[in-house]
Formats: sequence, structure tokens, C-alpha cells
Amino acid sequence: MEQTSASSTEISGGVHAPRRHDSAHKHVTGTAEYTDDIGEPIGTLHAALGMTDRAHAKIVSINLDKVRDASGVVDVLTADDVPGVNDISPNGLDDEPILITDTCLYHGQPIFAVIAKTREQARRAATLAEIEYEDLPFETDVVGAMNAGYKHVTDPLKLQYGDVDTALANGTNRFSGEMRVGGQDHFYLEGQISLVVPGEDDEVTVYASTQHPSEIQHMVSHALGTSSNAVTVNVRRMGGGFGGKETQGNIFAAIAAIAAKRLKRPVKIRPDRDEDMTVTGKRHDFHVAYDVAYDNDGRIEALDATFAARCGYSSDLSGPVTDRALFHVDNCYFLPNTRLVSRPMMTNTVSNTAYRGFGGPQGMLGGERVIEEIAYRLGKDPLEIRRVNFYDEDKRNVTPYHQTVEDNIIARIVDEIEESSDYQARRKAIIDFNRTSKVIRKGIALTPVKFGISFTATWFNQAGALVHVYQDGSVHLNHGGTEMGQGLNTKVAQVVADEFQIDLENVRITATHTGKVPNTSATAASSGSDLNGMAAANAAQQIKTRLVMFASEQYGVPEEQIDFVPNHMRVGNQLIPFADMIKQAYMARVQLSAAGFYKTPKIHWDRDKGQGRPFFYFAYGASVSEVSIDTLTGEYHVDRVDILHDVGKSLNPAIDLGQVQGGFVQGMGWLTTEELWWDDKGRLRTHAPSTYKIPLASDKPKVFNVTLAQWSTNRERTIRRSKAVGEPPFMLANSVLEALSMAVASVADYRVCPCLDAPATPERILMAVERMKKA
Amino acid sequence: MSVPVRKQIRFILNDRPISLDDIAPDFTLLDFLRIDQRLTGTKEGCAEGDCGACTVLVGRLGVSGLVYETVNACIRFVGSLDACHVVTIEHLAAADGALHPVQQAMVDRHGSQCGFCTPGIVMSLYDLWLETSDATPAAVEKALQGNLCRCTGYETIIEAAKAASAVASDDDRLVAGRAAMEARLEKLRDGARVEIESAGGVIFVPASLNDLADIVEAHPEATIVAGSTDVGLWVTKQFRSITPVVFINNLLELKQITETSEGLTLGAGVTYSDAFEAIVERYPAMRGFWERIGGEQVRNMGTVGGNIANGSPIGDTPPPLIALSAHVTLRKGASERTLPLEDFFIDYGKQDRQPGEFVSAVHIPALDASRIFAAYKISKRRDEDISAVCGAFNVKIESGRVSDVRIAFGGMAATPKRASAVEAALKDQPWNEATIDTAMGMFEKDFQPLTDWRATADYRLLVAKNLLKRFFLETEGNSVVIERYETAGA
Repeated sequence: MEQTSASSTEISGGVHAPRRHDSAHKHVTGTAEYTDDIGEPIGTLHAALGMTDRAHAKIVSINLDKVRDASGVVDVLTADDVPGVNDISPNGLDDEPILITDTCLYHGQPIFAVIAKTREQARRAATLAEIEYEDLPFETDVVGAMNAGYKHVTDPLKLQYGDVDTALANGTNRFSGEMRVGGQDHFYLEGQISLVVPGEDDEVTVYASTQHPSEIQHMVSHALGTSSNAVTVNVRRMGGGFGGKETQGNIFAAIAAIAAKRLKRPVKIRPDRDEDMTVTGKRHDFHVAYDVAYDNDGRIEALDATFAARCGYSSDLSGPVTDRALFHVDNCYFLPNTRLVSRPMMTNTVSNTAYRGFGGPQGMLGGERVIEEIAYRLGKDPLEIRRVNFYDEDKRNVTPYHQTVEDNIIARIVDEIEESSDYQARRKAIIDFNRTSKVIRKGIALTPVKFGISFTATWFNQAGALVHVYQDGSVHLNHGGTEMGQGLNTKVAQVVADEFQIDLENVRITATHTGKVPNTSATAASSGSDLNGMAAANAAQQIKTRLVMFASEQYGVPEEQIDFVPNHMRVGNQLIPFADMIKQAYMARVQLSAAGFYKTPKIHWDRDKGQGRPFFYFAYGASVSEVSIDTLTGEYHVDRVDILHDVGKSLNPAIDLGQVQGGFVQGMGWLTTEELWWDDKGRLRTHAPSTYKIPLASDKPKVFNVTLAQWSTNRERTIRRSKAVGEPPFMLANSVLEALSMAVASVADYRVCPCLDAPATPERILMAVERMKKA
Repeated sequence: MSVPVRKQIRFILNDRPISLDDIAPDFTLLDFLRIDQRLTGTKEGCAEGDCGACTVLVGRLGVSGLVYETVNACIRFVGSLDACHVVTIEHLAAADGALHPVQQAMVDRHGSQCGFCTPGIVMSLYDLWLETSDATPAAVEKALQGNLCRCTGYETIIEAAKAASAVASDDDRLVAGRAAMEARLEKLRDGARVEIESAGGVIFVPASLNDLADIVEAHPEATIVAGSTDVGLWVTKQFRSITPVVFINNLLELKQITETSEGLTLGAGVTYSDAFEAIVERYPAMRGFWERIGGEQVRNMGTVGGNIANGSPIGDTPPPLIALSAHVTLRKGASERTLPLEDFFIDYGKQDRQPGEFVSAVHIPALDASRIFAAYKISKRRDEDISAVCGAFNVKIESGRVSDVRIAFGGMAATPKRASAVEAALKDQPWNEATIDTAMGMFEKDFQPLTDWRATADYRLLVAKNLLKRFFLETEGNSVVIERYETAGA
């Protein structure tokens, strides 16, 4: 429990303490303020998007008279009304118009925006446009796009290690196959939203639900044709992000800003859930084609694989996403001869984007399919195949991108979870059960995770923080990261409390603000605590250094006899309360504010060569999932899941445990019930929770044992030797898919690999059962 | 017309009386809370009653006193709240800020991450807390069927619910204030019809069943709204006009559940939650099925009558009701007619309901011991999902032969429909695997289902066949269901 300590031996809420989320009491009382809860300034107008209803078409004509005449409408914006550049591409490729002009590239692509007195009036008016189209052929599917010769939205990546052609040709055993891996909607509970208040001259203030305030700032200034210093972005918190608010908020902020400046009134835009899901990108679906050689022990001799992704109409983040897919094909396995190629395919769908794992889950799942198929071909437990392929500690430890794996702990993780979950005995029992059970079949699988930590774009691996100590000793903390529920603010505050050795209650967390910390990177790539924790520590250390210098002079005590102890500074043999010392320092005109900075060391990446050290370190984990399937309907339940996950030395075990549990269930949703479905007109038809099914409480594993690897510590000098936790646990859910596959395989006595694609909906399970019956 | 007419909707919001005389028929409770009242603790996540972020409690004097239930504020119309007590997240903590045990447990167990779904989750758990001091995992899962959380994976929330349920609180406002609130609500029930005309249209809240009949006869174009679990989406997603609207959920006469030896009669205003006990007592095979209709909020709002009247081909209740030979009563003015439910569904979007007529009751015959009955729902996600296929079977086996059979399916055609060819293949045949195999081959004659985002035509057909097989296996005493918990439900 929380308590304030006056002179105790430990501060309250220091690092490694399982402190509750700093906003928990506000979450449960409904007083945590999200962007839509901010009191609207008088005169606030509301915007809504006007959307196309063709997947690919030329715009022949557009008549907006009825829109303009609709009740409450104040203004209608088209591309012509963009004062600056009509583009919000996050990568400078200029392929993402705010509002389209002559060609529509996906069903629902925004073509105008309505500004009205109320949100309802804007939404109603937005349906009244009369648009004439000249239809063009379209492809929504990644394979369809490849067959139709669609372009890549960005340059493919090739990773090569060893001599794959020779090794394949001389392989002991060889097979090839393919796999479909589905996409995923983020389904953040709070949808996209921006409120823009116009200011003096060319200034605007943006309140947005975004993981990337700096990018919103850049995009808004770009769209307004002004400089970045005219745009201020505020983010107190998001109601979930998961990658969906890294770039996908740009269009909303840009439209609200254009309208606000034009009408000189505050403008808010909050799309309806259906519109949100239609016009924002998702996790990329992949088609994986693989050609494998392996020896009789199941050791992979060569792997040649192509990962094609449904990127949508523009590049967005598809380059780095498909890159990261390739970086994770190896997972924990040494691939002695390998060639991995990405194909970021353009499709006539919304532009896909960042989503927890950022392509890594799709790449890893493709690699795990190869392992699984080898196991079935050899009639072995896939776990045996995994083990013979694990990276060694000192040899067989170089990845397909030529980074040496230096911190490998997967063998220990897997050994421990195998034992604690009683994997072997349960697997035997399940095989026995399946022998006699007519309708219900069970499956179990143990899958490992190794996930690379750092942005692969090296320059993003920097962060800033701003720390003020006020005269009463209270601390104001600001950093470049954003809070989306992951507890980043709590962790960074713990770091600052720990640096100063003051109780956490004395550290106030404030909204992310581009005016306080500039040039921030997206809170993404699991990097939030690593980067911002370090930057905040750096800021605190600067102030501490000044305080030590001051105290040394003031008290005539050598600096090495001065340190920070719980809520005090020890100066020689004197204990001075922290607040008293701060007051003294202020009176002596010591600067009590500092801007901290951090950049991740050691990393570098040469994309053209496909070589380098893109990752500072790796996070590891493993899970065991047990499932039951109904072979008459394909329905299933996840009966039990055991997880052992590595977060290094945890900054906050309670928050980290929540990330592992939540990441797993989200991953499970991706692999089971979450299905994106486009109809023959190219319309996404699963665009609301009535049609797109994320896990419910009753989908949670019935028994759910989640443990952090207490013994782990980051071998690299990260913030207090912790490890990133946002994304890696997502891939622990891979064991669910493989367990479902085993249950299906039992129908044909495990002779053939069911090659179950994701998501494994009840329909896919039943159809796979039918295939097994014929196998 | 002798009914007194009132021009305001009156209800109590947390502790304040509210009286509204200028509201549109489609004005939602969520907009009222967030925009008019600036009670922003209640969130909008989907505006279609599927995520639960807007969950609030609505208390109403029912047949047996004041009952509080969770509802989705996003698809609940303000006009339907006359004489209700609306309780939002802002009403839980004590005046001095002390958290309610449910809130405290959510904090202590780390049950929130982003916090956006949290107020809705807390309200659903609060409702559970009011009901039980022993929240089993199964009960919590059921209470949360209508609440999505994207962050936590639910484990910590379930732990919090369990911890909270053991903590009593006499200070709780709804517990301590129960008698006073009953008196306040009783005062609001003045027996008047509510009639409000605004720029947005006309609202009627009938004073009685007879008054409803008069209103519908006089306004045959009126939208009759019971639970608004479907009509809510006409408004929030399709901007359809529902004026004039008649809200019928306050009519106790339509909430009657009549049980006789002949069977069960449900008034058209009986919600799924109201009907639950009577249904599972008489048709035990319906327990698991009933618990998979929507989520808790939808079951609290939606009615069996509405599920029928709305005519959807994928409504959950028509297939089992048809298999049970249910009849439906329609009323127009003072006259009534009753017809077999299967005849009510004519074609997609077309029912046998005349202008001025409304569904007033559904009659479900008793199931005699010689019959075997089962109903199955197949959906992508187990809970709170619309069925891909819904099938119900009712057979009478005499001397090993099928002497009577009724099979009905939803999701397989433009209407809920009987499987006549399958039934014919079973009738008078021995109840054995060979008969079942033959009958399975007849499904194509009865159904040519569609492919959509819920399932392909192939899957729907295959599952329909397999459900017959499952039914047979179960009659043979096989357990073929994956039980998540040994006793389903709470």
C-alpha cells in the first residue's frame, strides 16, 4: 500500500515498486480527462469527414450544395481549401492527401469535411454529397495485388545470411508452403479526436489523442503552411493507442486546424467509431511464402521466404513495419542460410500502419509456422524442434541482419515455463484425451518470444524531459512520451522520485506538451520508459549535481560526503529535509530546472546492406497455451495459459504484469476472433464492435498464470536495468494458434500439419478439421 | 380520449430531479449526460451498444419494486426514461471523495490501464456488487459480457470484482437510499401519457396498454420502441428518423410473465433479463443460449417482443421460439389476433404486421416430457456477438421413432425459417445415426445461406448440419459441449 515516509529507510514509490497507475483513482471515478471531456470553448464548431464510396475511382464531379444547405452547416472544406500542403504522409513520400482531389484509392477515403454547429449536424450533412465516379479496377487483397502487378508503396528489404541457394539445393529435407496472417484493428476504446483552438497570428493549440505530438505539430504546420513554432500540441492521456495513434491522428488534427484557422473558431473533430475504423490504418495482413531445408533432427538448414503485406493505398509506416517483420522471422532460432524479402504491396484499402509489434508478430508467426511444419513432418513435438534451433550463447548466434545475439536467455525461460506449467505431462494427457474424445479435441503449445528493442530508424532513439523543482520541494515532471494506459508516466515519475529520493507523491506528472519538450519521437516501439526514463533521470541528475555543489559550498562538506537519502539530503553527518535544502538552494540562486536528454548507444543500421545492430537489446518470454475445440462447429475456448516473461529488472512489476496480460489477450484476439472482411465492392464490413470481435472477459484464458522472470536483468545499461514491455508480450499469444492447430491435427492423428491461417476463427477451425478428415 | 397528458419527461439523475419538455425523439441518454449535463465520466466508445463504455444504471419501479439494471446510454433514448432513476459513475464515490468498494478494488488490483472503458466496467461491476457478495469468475464474466477492455486482458478486473464483492457498504447510496428513491419514483408515476412535440419530432409515452393501442392506431407510422437495442443504431449509425416515436418500456402491463400448465406468455415489454428465470425453468436447454444473447446491458434493455417485431433474419430468439411452436399476438385498437410465429415472418424486412398493429405478447407452449429440445447459437466470438447460425430442435421420439419434429434456423435465409426438408427426412424415421446422416443431406434443400463477414455460406451449411448431429449425439447421452465453467451463469 501507499504511504508517505518522513524519515523511513525507503521512499514511497521508488523504482521497482509495484505502484498503481498514477491516474487509477481518476479512471474509476470518471474524472480522468480525455480530449472529448475538455470543456469546449464558447463557439466551438464540429467537423465530420465526407467519405467516398468507391474502392478505386476517378472523381468525375462533386456537388456539395446539399451539404452546404444542411441544417447547422457553417463551412465545407475540400482539398482546395488547404492553405499549406495537402499531404500528411509521415515519411515525406507525399502520398497521403488530407482530402483527395481527382482519384479515390480506397472505399471511404475522405474527400471533403463539413463544419457545423453540432457534431450531429456535421455527421448528417457529410452524407449528403453528390459525387459522380468513374470506376477503376481495384484490389483489396495482398495476393490479388501481387497478381495484378500493383506497385510496392515503398522499397522492399532483403536480409541475407549464409548461402541460401546452395543450402536449399543440398538440403537433407525440403518443403515449401504459404501462410496467411490477418490484420487487426486497434480498437482503442477512445476513438481519434482533435480539438484545435486558434490563437494569435498563425498560432494554433491542438488537443489531440496522439502517440506522436511532434508529428501532429509538424503535420498541422505543414497543412497550415506555417512553421512548427506556431503549433502547440497537448496530450494529457489517450484512451488506448496500440500504434493506432502514431500517425493516424494526423488527418483529424489537420482538418480541425485548417477549419479553426479559417473560421477563427475552435473546431473539434471526433469521428464515429465506424468512420474511425474505416479511415484509419490497421495492422498489416501478410501473405508468407517459404521454402525450407532441414535435417533429420529438425534443425533448419536454409530458409528462403517472402513476406508480402497489405499496405493499403499509401506508404505511411509500411516500410519500417515490413522491415520489422523480417527482423523477427528468426525469433529465437538460428537460421544459418537465409534470404528474407519483404513486399510492401499497395492495395485499395486504408493505409495500414503501426500496431503493437509493428510487423514483428506477423514475421515471427511466419517463422513459427516453419518450425511447426517441420515438427509435424518429423512426427515430433514442436518444442523439440524449437530447442534444436535456439540461438546458442556463443556460436550459432548471428541473426539474418548480422546482429549478434548477446543477451540470449531463451533456453532458461523455456526450461522454467516447461516445468512450471507441467507441459510434458499435460501434453501426454491431452494426446490421451484426444484418442477417445469424439467431438471435443484439445491442443497445447509452448512458444518462445525474442523481440528486438529500439526504433529501427536510429534517429528516433532519442528523448527529452523537463524537470522543475519548485521552492517547496515539489517536482514538476514533463517528458516527451505520451500516456496511453501503459503506465509510462507512473514509471518515469518513479525514476525521478528515485533519483531525488523523494516520495512519489511529490512528483507531479503533467501533460505532454510540444512547448515543453520538443522534437519528440512517437511513444512507440516499446521505447517509452527506456528513452523517457533515461531523459528524465538525466534532467534530475543535472539538478542533483547543482544541489550537491551548492550544499558542498554552503556547508563546507566535500561533495563525496553528500548524497540523497529518503526525503533528505545527507550533508556530512547532517540530514537536511529535501524541501529545506531546495529552499536554501533557491535563495542562493541555484537553477532548479533542467532539460534532460538521452540517446540510445551502440545501435546502427545499414538498410541497403541489410546489416547492422538495429536493436540495443532483446526482450524474451515464453507461453504455454491449452485449448479445447469443438470439431462440429469450430468453436473453442482457451483453457489455460502460463507465461514467463522477461522485463529485465522491472521498474514497476504491477504495471509490467498488466502489460503482459493485456498484450497476450490482445494478441490472442488477433489470432482468433478479430477478422477484417472486405466485400466485393472493396468495403470494409467489419468496422464496429458489432462486426469486429475483440476478446471479452469470457474469452480470457480460464486459468491465466503470468509471471515475470524475477532473475532477469538487462545486460545493457538501460534505465535501472529494466526492459521494454509494451510489445513483446503480444507475441506470447502465438502459442494459442499453435495449440488450436494441434487440436485440429488430432483429427488426422497428427500426421499432417493443419497449416492453420490466422485469424483462426471458428470457421477456419472447422474448415481445417474438414481438411484433416480428408487428409 | 380521457387519458391525462403530461408534456414533460421526468426522471431522477443521480440525486437531482430532471424535467425535460423540449427533447427530440432520438435524443440519447449519452448525449444528454455528456453534452447537456457535462457528466463526462460516461464515455462513448462505439455508439451502438457494443462496447459498454457508456454503461450507466437505470432504476425503475417494476412488478416487484425498484430494480436497477445496466444499460448502454449511447442507444438509450431520453424519452424512454420517464419515472426512472439514472445513476452514473459520478454517483458512486462518497461526497468526501472516498471510493466505493468496487472503485477501490479496481485501483488496488490495477484494473485500469488507459481508463477509458473503466467507468463502464465499474458500473457493470457495481451492478454485480449490488446483486451478490460472492462474485465467481463465471458471474463476473457474465456481468462483463457487454464491456470491452482493450488494455488489461481482464484478469485484474475479474480479481477486483471478486475482492469488491466481499466488501459490504451500508453507506452505498443506492442501498441506503432505496426506500426514499422508491418513494420519489412512485411520485413521478402519475398515470399520465407523456406527449412531447419538439422541432425534432413527437414522443409518446403511453399511460397504459389501451393508451398504447390508441396511439398506434392513430399514428400507424409511429416507431414503437421497447429496448432500442436495434432502433438505437438506426439513429446513431443511419440517421433514420423515428418520429413519431412510442416508448413502451414503462408499461407494466406489457411486462407480465404468465405461467400456466399450457405454457408461458411473455408480454411484449418483457426483456431478456426479465424472462431469463421463467425461460430456463421451463426450457432448461435455453440457459446457455439465453446467456449468449447480447451482453448484460442488451439483455436488460432488449425485449423478446422487439426481437420478433423487428423481423431480423439473425435475431436470436425466433428459431427456438418457432421450434417450440410459439405464437405471437398482435393488437390493433381493441382487437387482437394470434398467429404461429413462423407465419409472422414473410420475407426479408417484411412481417405480417398491419398498420396500426403492434406485437403485444408471445406464447410459448409447455414442453412435455416426451420431447427433446435444444437451441444452439454459433458466432465468431462466444459472447455478445450476432449469430452466424442459430438452430433449434424439438423432437418427439416414440418407440425409437421420430413422431414429431420441429427444426428452425436463423442466419440461414432471409427470415428465421423452419427446415422443412430436414424435418421430412426425420419424420417417422428411426432416431439413429443413419437417419441423421440422411437428414443432414437435406439442408441444401431448405437453405441457401449467404456469405458475409460473419461466415461463408459453406460454413453456415456445414454448421447447420453438424448442429443436427450434435443434437443427436446429445440425445444419445454424449457430452459434446466445451464447458468453460462447470455451472454456467451465476
